[in-house]
Amino acid sequence: MKPPRSERLSAFRPQIARLERRLFLKQGLSLGALSLLSGCTLKDDDAVDRLLMTMSRFNDKIQAALFDPAKLAPTYSEVDVTTPFPFNAYYEEKDIPLIDGESYRLQLSGLVADKRPWSLDELRALPQSSQITRLVCVEGWSAIGQWRGVAFRHFLERIGADLTARYVGFKCADKYYSSIDMPSALHPQTLLALDFTDAKYGYPLRLRLPTKLGFKNPKFIGEIFVTNDYPGGYWEDKGYNWFSGS
Amino acid sequence: MVGGADKSRTIHPLFVRVTHWVNAFAIFVMVLSGWRIYNASPLFGFEFPKDFTLGGWLAGALAWHFAAMWLLALNGLAYLAYGLVSGHFRRSFMPISLRGAFDDVLLAMRGLLDHAPGRYNAAQRVCYVGVILAVIVAILSGLAIWKPVQLQTLTALMGGYEAARRVHFFAMATIVAFLVVHIGLAVSVKGILAPMFTGRAEAPR
Repeated sequence: MKPPRSERLSAFRPQIARLERRLFLKQGLSLGALSLLSGCTLKDDDAVDRLLMTMSRFNDKIQAALFDPAKLAPTYSEVDVTTPFPFNAYYEEKDIPLIDGESYRLQLSGLVADKRPWSLDELRALPQSSQITRLVCVEGWSAIGQWRGVAFRHFLERIGADLTARYVGFKCADKYYSSIDMPSALHPQTLLALDFTDAKYGYPLRLRLPTKLGFKNPKFIGEIFVTNDYPGGYWEDKGYNWFSGS
Repeated sequence: MVGGADKSRTIHPLFVRVTHWVNAFAIFVMVLSGWRIYNASPLFGFEFPKDFTLGGWLAGALAWHFAAMWLLALNGLAYLAYGLVSGHFRRSFMPISLRGAFDDVLLAMRGLLDHAPGRYNAAQRVCYVGVILAVIVAILSGLAIWKPVQLQTLTALMGGYEAARRVHFFAMATIVAFLVVHIGLAVSVKGILAPMFTGRAEAPR
């Protein structure tokens, strides 16, 4: 009997990942563009890759400098909320992880004083706030949604996180991972969201920050860590800009 | 400056030639990578053919776009500063008249428009000033899309995030429409392409 398609694929996943990395910008010069540029010596496209990555790191710094910790994203009213809200992930909607809320515990690690895991009831006992803001996807589309949960700054203070550390990282139940800079984590509109339209958008816990693109809002969060070592991210490691601020 | 025996003279200053070709490269990268970014979430009922895009996939196209934007903006600022300070804009673009441009287009269609090296006709003036404005709108709407929170006043000025995407698209479309005419004429009208490299042209007789 043949193994299911997904298993056969998963056997090759490391090779696929390597290939993807190698092809990142090599395929960047697609046929038409390559023929137009063939007059230039762009053969050594590893140098082009390096230049583009250097510019992306430079843009991280520019965006961090441009980030105003007191500037609030525009908010909207309930009638503006986009329905249905678009589902977006690196997998299809039917493959979302199903998490049992009763046994769920949020894990903490890294530069955190109190690493005790949190149940959903404990998270719900913290002060809750709500926001209606625009989520902008790296693909260009946008949608207005409503999220409710714990102010992330309050949570980080509560667990004794080192607020001078550089990064907050997230590990998710869907094998997704991402990280954000500490100033964005401490922004007043950055929420550890418990309530949203539907479980498929990240039950039981997701991050919501309107100051960054959609893919910097990890869903189905299982673990949060604070660190000074660059943690990268699922899309970030494939070549998307890390800071991706709005 | 021009010797008695030397019939050629400088019609395009070195500064204009250098910024022109840097700009040409930057626009080329911005438009082709922009088309690939557009394809990730098309605003209208069509996509750009993949072979005429740059970046291969969304992350690659974004990397090109956000690298070349610096080249476009800094080179553009240098060009604007030079044009204003040196008097190049005043000398070359003034006076400007839409009516005159229209008359020139009619003359050109009848093959009667004289192309005098070193002097822009009324149609050229309107087109060049128009495309400079289109690039400025493209950059501003691009900033509005890139930073709808940090630069929210600019985004609001564009009519909001979704409207800014459309402004950005139509600024691109204006630039590309200009390029079709501009490149078409540059390669078909005799003796006007070389001076954009050398700067020198035969003196008008």
